[in-house]
Amino acid sequence: MVNGQELSYLLRLVIQRIFAAFVTLGVVSMVVFAAIELLPGDACQAFLGQMAQGQRLANCRAEHQLDKSPIERYGIWAAGLAQGDLGNSIKRSKPLEEVIGPRFRNTVILGLTAAGIGIPLAIALGVIAAWFRERKVDFWISGVAIFFMTIPDFITGTLLISLFSVWLGWLPGIVIMRVDAPITEVFSQIGLPVLTLMLVMIAHIMRMVRSSMIDVLASEFVMMATLKGLPRWRLLLLHALPNALLPAINLIALNIAWLMGGVLVVEVVFNYPGIGRLSVNAIADRDLPLVQAIALLMAAIYVSLNLLADLLTLMLSPKLRTQRVQP
Amino acid sequence: MSGAEQTMRLVLRSTSGKVGVALVIFHIVLAIVSPWVVPYDFNAQSEVLEHMGPSLAHWGGLDTLGRDVFTRTLLGGREALLVTIFGTAIAMVWGSLFGMFSGFKGGRTDEFMMRAVDTFLAIPFMILLLLVIASFGNSVIVLMLTLGFLYGIGVIRLARAATLGEVTKDYVLAAQARGESVWVILLAEILPNIRDALMVEAAMRWSWMLLAFSALSFLGFGVTPPTPDWGLMIANARIYMPLAPWPVLLPMIALSSLIIGINLMADALAKSLGLDRVQRMPL
Amino acid sequence: MSLPLLKIDGLSIGYEGADGVAVPIVNQVDLQLEEGSTLGLVGESGCGKSTLLLALMGYYDSGLARLAGKVALLGKDPGALNEADLQLFRGGDVALIPQNAGQALTPTLKIEAQMLEALRLHTPLPAASRQDRILQLFDRVQLPDPANLLGRYPHELSGGQQQRVALAMALAGNPKVLLLDEPTTGLDVTTQQAVLALLSEIALESQTAMVFVSHDIGVIGAVCERVAVMYAGEIVELGACNQILQHPRHPYTQALLSSIPKLGQAWAFKAPTSIQQGQDRRLSGCAYAPRCEYVGPTCLKQKPRLTRDQDREVKCVQLSEIARMVAPAGGHKGESKMVGQEYVLSVNNLSVSYDHTGWWPFASRQERKLTVREVSFDIVRGQTLGLVGESGSGKSSILRTLIGLQKSFEGEALLLDKFDLTTPVAHRSKACLSKIQMVFQNPDASLNPRQSIFAALARPLRIYFRLSEPEIRAEVERLMAAVQLPMEYSARYPGQLSGGERQRVAIARALASKPDVLLCDEITSALDVSVQASIIQLLKDLKDAQGLTLLFVSHDLPVVMALADDVAILQRGQICESGRVEQIFNAPEHPYTQSLIKAVL
Repeated sequence: MVNGQELSYLLRLVIQRIFAAFVTLGVVSMVVFAAIELLPGDACQAFLGQMAQGQRLANCRAEHQLDKSPIERYGIWAAGLAQGDLGNSIKRSKPLEEVIGPRFRNTVILGLTAAGIGIPLAIALGVIAAWFRERKVDFWISGVAIFFMTIPDFITGTLLISLFSVWLGWLPGIVIMRVDAPITEVFSQIGLPVLTLMLVMIAHIMRMVRSSMIDVLASEFVMMATLKGLPRWRLLLLHALPNALLPAINLIALNIAWLMGGVLVVEVVFNYPGIGRLSVNAIADRDLPLVQAIALLMAAIYVSLNLLADLLTLMLSPKLRTQRVQP
Repeated sequence: MSGAEQTMRLVLRSTSGKVGVALVIFHIVLAIVSPWVVPYDFNAQSEVLEHMGPSLAHWGGLDTLGRDVFTRTLLGGREALLVTIFGTAIAMVWGSLFGMFSGFKGGRTDEFMMRAVDTFLAIPFMILLLLVIASFGNSVIVLMLTLGFLYGIGVIRLARAATLGEVTKDYVLAAQARGESVWVILLAEILPNIRDALMVEAAMRWSWMLLAFSALSFLGFGVTPPTPDWGLMIANARIYMPLAPWPVLLPMIALSSLIIGINLMADALAKSLGLDRVQRMPL
Repeated sequence: MSLPLLKIDGLSIGYEGADGVAVPIVNQVDLQLEEGSTLGLVGESGCGKSTLLLALMGYYDSGLARLAGKVALLGKDPGALNEADLQLFRGGDVALIPQNAGQALTPTLKIEAQMLEALRLHTPLPAASRQDRILQLFDRVQLPDPANLLGRYPHELSGGQQQRVALAMALAGNPKVLLLDEPTTGLDVTTQQAVLALLSEIALESQTAMVFVSHDIGVIGAVCERVAVMYAGEIVELGACNQILQHPRHPYTQALLSSIPKLGQAWAFKAPTSIQQGQDRRLSGCAYAPRCEYVGPTCLKQKPRLTRDQDREVKCVQLSEIARMVAPAGGHKGESKMVGQEYVLSVNNLSVSYDHTGWWPFASRQERKLTVREVSFDIVRGQTLGLVGESGSGKSSILRTLIGLQKSFEGEALLLDKFDLTTPVAHRSKACLSKIQMVFQNPDASLNPRQSIFAALARPLRIYFRLSEPEIRAEVERLMAAVQLPMEYSARYPGQLSGGERQRVAIARALASKPDVLLCDEITSALDVSVQASIIQLLKDLKDAQGLTLLFVSHDLPVVMALADDVAILQRGQICESGRVEQIFNAPEHPYTQSLIKAVL
């Protein structure tokens, strides 16, 4: 039951948040640009290295408009961004969209698969652990979770390769595929990277759901619902879970942002042609325009997923949604 | 009653706390004394064939270049510990001061600070780190300062939130009403009350920073060869793992035991201080 | 009606102590309840009354368990029921009305969903007629505009409405027994009155039995026929409500009743020895013996039993002694000396609005809301002004303004005719700061938990005076003595003191600068009644001894009347009536004042 006043309040809130997200992105673009400007040498010097002298350097600078002032260049870059033009790669001499596009697709496939399986599993495990807290089930779920969120992901990945690929021979280990391989081929290869990402992600979300579920289970309204004589499943799913999930939404969004942003190390471990490995290569190659574009893309994902999480929390929490304007 | 002493006693009461503290102390002591106790020169290449398995002379076998794996593992955590311990200290100091000030001031100052923090959190840390290292080199000082700066941003948030929980309490009002100065209120009144949360945060930040550092060296950006380092050792030896598991497993065990030790310690600390360990992503 | 509705035999509830021996929270309780009767359980916090209440539903807080005894409610023992039967029992046979309905309703479910749930579980009603039944129930608990409430979420209702919804939900299953756990504690005085009236009406009409738990014996008196007074987990006196209220016999009941200030009576207070309730619940003798003024040798040796004594049951072996001793109630008449007519504090046309901060372009531009509107008052040296009002009436805003912590306000405030109190605290001179000091509501929050008592008292001394370390020590000793605390306590931390002792320290800290005016912000409302009484006594003593001027703010009219010389009644930010205490009490003019006085009588 959303009445007019509520709707306008909600709408204003949504617009406010979206506006804030755009402001953040604008500032991020400036910070990224400035950070790269502050580094010693310009993009052409960085890329050409030893050969950065004379005509070659001048040509490169002219080609990438480095002869203009920083403010002018930011203007050109920002204007291009607004139209979806990211600029050109120095090393690959191609529009950046073509370089980033297919690799980003691969990362999204990887990330969404891990999130799609991992998040529901994590929530279920969190609820189970909270219900049986301080008992054997909880001990094992929490213990395994802490182990996987603690050790570095490249160790997890390396161990999984030796176990499932080398020793058991069940799944392909290192990914060998073209950047623009068809989706079916991608899926046939990503078993182990997905598993690695899932283990880390499940651990985080599960711990969060567990602790917030424990808080909710100790709350007065759950006690009241118990004393109303509600059956357990109703208590858990209808009264406790929605309230326990609210604080977890932001963490879940952060996890997805982390996955979408390309997990540098995991992609390197599995030789996966995604955006994470691309960014490592771009830095190694000193391809500064490419680095700049990737950084901004990741920031955009982070900001928009955070925004989404905020709005979702707003939608699901009656208290926030219907709050009358109060001092 | 000495707060620190009592906290330590509480931490050591649980088994996991004991194990955690023991692991951490073991690694720190090892990092200090290892140059004098290692059996071989870390860079000496053996005459024997590379990839030799463990033997009496070489407990951890030899790596691809015929260097003693055991020696290199003992030495492999020194730079990581040096960088992350000082990096964490830098992060905690500047993050806490800014966060406390922001939370206490409130109003526009606070809002501006929080927007700035949000903006910085949106920028992918790892890329920024790699970029700085690619440009300024991977000296210990550069790593310490960069990690310290980046990981301090998250501390601002925590310190601010903790301070916000305190500023509305009457003892802060009472201090204000008494006419105390801002820094006296922050450092003498509020800091002792948020110290617990900051201590747990420091332990967690340390473990996250160690994760980041080992990832950096795994990617080849952390330390310069031939300096021994766990992340780099794993990266170099992992493709030979089916043939020679030792050069991979030893540094893995060393690195994992340190990180697990720090986490056990952080958990025990949080439990003994009555705080729930905050559930967040390692940023 | 041979079988009572509820029968409790020798019930003990407790937890396992560190040494492995059980520590009882509820100790050897016997109770009976007939159909349709009402019983109150009264006692101070920690006496086990809520634990006992929840045990009747077979619910124990984590760590607690039944140690001994039997419960039979409608012939069923909730502890022996299987899960399915227990679910039918809770809400069907017996229902709970919680202390804080705002917390006890699930925030993410609409009122309708939560009501339907109760009906589906506990009544045979077909789905189609459930909605009508809800409206009937809402009507029954006098909720206005019931149809409109169904689609709302709990937080969209006022505190009184939430409590009524909780009541309707409890009535949904037609329970034989209603359990009420401090159901009116969080409500304003006027709302409390209305809810209590409704409860007594329901008790009368529906023949539902009630067990009513409260710390407020007055509230119990308004609803219940019988009352059981609890101390340290035991029932010490049990009988008809009006009998016990008028002629308490057990020493604890007497102390409890005497520590509540009553309107229109000279306040006579007997200070109980300050020992925390049930410090050792495993005493071999009477649990109250350490605090009791009539304690005799037998009290310490053996546990008394609840025995019949004329019209009631009392657990005390000294009853005949007490009757003979007739305590001489040393009426401490706080006749304050008139010391000239010097105005220490004058406030003129003070208006306060919410502090508004933010620079967000879309932020709602709202009108400045005034929390305090054109308030004026003067206080003469040595006098106490009581400022009375319900929550949200602007009492605290006035104090915050005077102490210099409020940002947006208008008006004048002058201290000692020379210090302008409209200056924010950061710009005040040390002389000005030291002349006016404040004591806060909750001593748990106003003392820094990480500062020793000595450090807390030394802070103001260091700010205002240049003193050497020995001088500071001497001053701290003087302050501790002034608030009647032993000097050894100064090495302790606030967590190691009881609530009353902490408030004494807070008062001592405020006195450190030798102020002329002391502002007191609800300083007794977080304390138990007996402790509250001792703090009021302390303030009276200080006033007489040091000629202190007090501005005493409280929502509790009787407390203010016990202490103040003048009183001002605050309603929605405005003073609606003010004058001498006796005058306001005997002839209140403003209707709001009249309703306040009526509510507490």
